[in-house]
Amino acid sequence: MKKLLLALPLLALTSTATLADPYADRTAIMKSFGEAMKVLVPTVKGEAAYDAAAVAAALGKIGEGAAKIDVAALFPAGSNTGESIASPKIWENMADFTARMDKFKAAAAAAATANPADVEAFKATFGPLAGNCGECHENYRIKKG
Amino acid sequence: MIRKLAVAAAILAVFGGLAFWLVTRPVVLDGAVLASAPTGDMARGEMVFWQGGCASCHAAPGAKDADRLKLGGGLKLGSPFGDFHAPNISSDTEDGIGAWDFPAFANAMQRGVSPEGEHYYPAFPYSSYARMTLADIADLFAFMKTLPAVKGVAPDHELPFPFNIRRTLGGWKFLFFRPEPVLAFDGAPDAVQRGQYLVEGPGHCGECHTPRNPLGGPDLGQWLAGAPNPEGKGIIPNITGGEGGIDAWSEGQIASFLKDGFTPDFDSAGGTMTQVVLNWAHVGDADRAAIAAYLKAVPKMPNGYPAAK
Repeated sequence: MKKLLLALPLLALTSTATLADPYADRTAIMKSFGEAMKVLVPTVKGEAAYDAAAVAAALGKIGEGAAKIDVAALFPAGSNTGESIASPKIWENMADFTARMDKFKAAAAAAATANPADVEAFKATFGPLAGNCGECHENYRIKKG
Repeated sequence: MIRKLAVAAAILAVFGGLAFWLVTRPVVLDGAVLASAPTGDMARGEMVFWQGGCASCHAAPGAKDADRLKLGGGLKLGSPFGDFHAPNISSDTEDGIGAWDFPAFANAMQRGVSPEGEHYYPAFPYSSYARMTLADIADLFAFMKTLPAVKGVAPDHELPFPFNIRRTLGGWKFLFFRPEPVLAFDGAPDAVQRGQYLVEGPGHCGECHTPRNPLGGPDLGQWLAGAPNPEGKGIIPNITGGEGGIDAWSEGQIASFLKDGFTPDFDSAGGTMTQVVLNWAHVGDADRAAIAAYLKAVPKMPNGYPAAK
């Protein structure tokens, strides 16, 4: 019994160390997309002059973040608590959610190496990539007050 | 004594029944007014179609591009009263509304009454569409006639008693159906008035963004203040300038959001708003700017939903 009591906190320690916090991890990735969008959206709207290097860097950032997305690790059952704005529908339709993430990851990987030379080339890259945001947010993200 | 009571009860029952019959009977538009409607214009009607957001519920869920013009219905819309299934409103003469004449269409859109003379549930936002001009309804009807015929009938609504009795909706209409404008903006700039028409009428923004009372009536005193999500978890945002709302958004940012779905902090629209943005992207810049002008002019309200715990 004593051994068990000793073992429990140890077990708790190791599991936190390996699993970290999936909510914090996925939020950090989403926030990194938001940072990249600060460059990309004004560019696509023509509000900012075309800066090929800045665009390539921002697309690279999205590719980097998307590559880190592992749905099983970032959206484990039971991680939709507290501040989480994930919709419960994610866990009801996990196969669809995973398929959408895979589609987004493929688009992000392609965009990351596209290096668009001008704004027209960039628009052709950005459209298919950004379309994924709304398609997924429509069903799988909720808004909290 | 007992006989007197029985007589009184009988009289009360008759009057009560009469009152129920009067209050709950479906009321349609005046025939002379309907006859005065202009001939619809298809091209203008397409703009009304996107303003009205018909495709959001009546196209197949997940439909894209040209498929959003196939109005076979099928979206399941959850609510505290039960689940609604959007019907087929395609031009199919059997399963859709292809056999309807203009009075049937106008009474559905503006009075929530079916060609069979029954009430529609207010999940179909006729309370907002009632604020549209008859000319816009005629244009919309002309456009919808041009859309593809789609076969198929949606499942019945899944509603418990007493909400499954359509006649009771006459009581709902008596209490909450208000076809007049929500806010008084006489003398306001043209853009604000145009925005008012679009938001309060075809856009039917208040259907989700205004909180409802326990009977499902909109609380017009908290107009556009945001509301709990009727479909489940989360909230529908406050779109007034009050605390928690969109005071920090410029008119240009609001108009731009309605076109591409990007918020001023570069987040993307979520939930059913993604469908709304797909609709408004088809509409001209001037109308999106008008909505922005109106939203900047509406009374600032604190959030119409409870604070997060």
